[in-house]
Amino acid sequence: MLEFAVKGSKRYYGWMIFLLGLVGVGFLVYLRQLDVGLGITGMNRDVSWGFYIANFTFLVGVAAGGVMVVLPYYLHDYKAYGKVTILGEFLAIAAVVMCITFILVDLGQPMRVLNVLLYPTPNSVLFWDTIVLNGYLLLNLIIGWNVLEAERNGVHYQGWLKPLIYLSIPWAISIHTVTAYLYCGLPGRGFWLTAILAPRFLSSAFASGPALLILLCLIIRRVSNFDPGWKQIQSLAVTVAYAICVNVFFFLCEVFVAFYSQIPEHMDHIKYLFVGLHGHGAYVPWMWAAMALMVLGIILLVNPVTRKTEGTLIVGCLAVFFGCWIDKGLGMISGGFVPNPLHEVNEYIPTLLEGLITIGVYGLGFFVLTVLYKIAIGVKEEVRA
Amino acid sequence: MDIRRRRVLQLLGLSAAALTVKPVYDALAADPAAGRPRVGPGREQLKAKQWAMVIDTRRFASEADVEPLIEACHRIHNVPHFELKRWEIKWIWATEYKHAFSGTSSDRFLADAVEKRPFLVLCNQCENPPCVRACPTKATFKREDGIVMMDFHRCIGCRFCMAACPFGARSFNYTDPRPYLKHTNKLFPTRMKGVVEKCSFCAERLAEGKRPACVEAAGGKIAFGDLYDPASEAHQWVRKNYTLRRKVNLGTEPAVYYIV
Repeated sequence: MLEFAVKGSKRYYGWMIFLLGLVGVGFLVYLRQLDVGLGITGMNRDVSWGFYIANFTFLVGVAAGGVMVVLPYYLHDYKAYGKVTILGEFLAIAAVVMCITFILVDLGQPMRVLNVLLYPTPNSVLFWDTIVLNGYLLLNLIIGWNVLEAERNGVHYQGWLKPLIYLSIPWAISIHTVTAYLYCGLPGRGFWLTAILAPRFLSSAFASGPALLILLCLIIRRVSNFDPGWKQIQSLAVTVAYAICVNVFFFLCEVFVAFYSQIPEHMDHIKYLFVGLHGHGAYVPWMWAAMALMVLGIILLVNPVTRKTEGTLIVGCLAVFFGCWIDKGLGMISGGFVPNPLHEVNEYIPTLLEGLITIGVYGLGFFVLTVLYKIAIGVKEEVRA
Repeated sequence: MDIRRRRVLQLLGLSAAALTVKPVYDALAADPAAGRPRVGPGREQLKAKQWAMVIDTRRFASEADVEPLIEACHRIHNVPHFELKRWEIKWIWATEYKHAFSGTSSDRFLADAVEKRPFLVLCNQCENPPCVRACPTKATFKREDGIVMMDFHRCIGCRFCMAACPFGARSFNYTDPRPYLKHTNKLFPTRMKGVVEKCSFCAERLAEGKRPACVEAAGGKIAFGDLYDPASEAHQWVRKNYTLRRKVNLGTEPAVYYIV
């Protein structure tokens, strides 16, 4: 099936070369980071995780979001999603590839990464995160590829895939749960020390993942002869609408607990993010923008009129996607580290260089995504013809 | 002709075997420990169930009192000095009461002397260390004598331990520290970029029967010893004085005590 990925229009090739260019720039800057060290980033002694880990966290959500089409189709036999499950699975693959790359570029000694397998440490959540992420990647590769090939050959997919498909559903939940456990099990980090962190991560995942999937479906309708279907897009939009409502609700629960209990260790991080602390407030406009975007997303996606109009649906999905990205990608990680354990405020501002590496990783992810989608669309067009 | 060639080859094979059997036999049958340096505790090694430190903060009045201790530690452990705050590395440093005991002890209406006093903070060598729980490669681990150690050569630089530490005791090498060292102590390893480091209660000095460098430099203002040994100075100081520890509510059981 790979032949579909190498045959394409000039526009397809142009897009791929553009993405490779981003990867190339990111790679060159990464060589510099390998040489100098992580000191080229804005990270410091107090904020020891930054943009890379933030984007990793966000993209684990996008990967887990794919389960929102897999689950209805395979568990509830929701036939309409038969056309888009492959898109959800392939999006998950591209997202996990980006997650793993973000972890690698964040390591101080990347050439030692196999120490995680050489000295397996079950008491470390990072050990489990390695297992669930790579496992999810493998599951989606096997399932997506074989189901698509069966579709191309006009046969039902192999029987042995069924248990793997069922396994992939709780596995999707697990990747984001384990990722939340990286943070919420740490003593002395009041912002993350909350049992609702994993549910909150999942709710934002089920909003941002399907929101991106809707946008991708709309692009596919424009640029190919394969139509994922308006009905499917509308069902996904309902998922996004509920998930973003739940996400905002969970956030408000956090605000209530912190500010009604009045425990400084829990309040101060939220204060830092939304109103600033001790004169520092680099994230204040961003966090309010995230809130505004999520509320805009709720308004446009819950209201059936705007949800069913393509223009406002696009705006709604963009708002949800970028709202979640700021909330989880920017605020969640920095917010947890400021103020520091000694209650001092040292802010983290990403540098241009780590921004370029980040863009490079996104370029790689979208390259993988485009290859996979090109194959999927090629098969769908061939089967229809 | 054929038979002769085969014979020659057989002889060649036999000679090759005869030449190689002995070295291979020697290598496989050798005692693996023989000829290698032996690793283990030396005769001078100081032993304890849980090493602990008791800092008598009443006897540290100003920066000048703590500076020599910090300098002693950072010099012998090859801790670099960076102009750029972002890259800062520190094993032991002084801070105000309200920062040292943030969140666990009241910092309002403090006695004047306490408010201005420098409080030395360092790795607490917790009895229940969250950093050890977090490390995915066992690069940071707890020794039998309670010291939380770092293996600089196994650390992958994921910095999970830094997020897990509730005392901000850990530093990361954001760049190669060696060019930033004014002096190099050849008896202690320098670090490379991309690994985490922190205070280790001078494990390398305990192995030689010496007390930690800061304790030595403090000239009796800091007690050091086995927390569980009633005869140790640290145990006796804790018994005789009212002490505080940082963030006891988190259950990490810090082994650094403060007499206030």
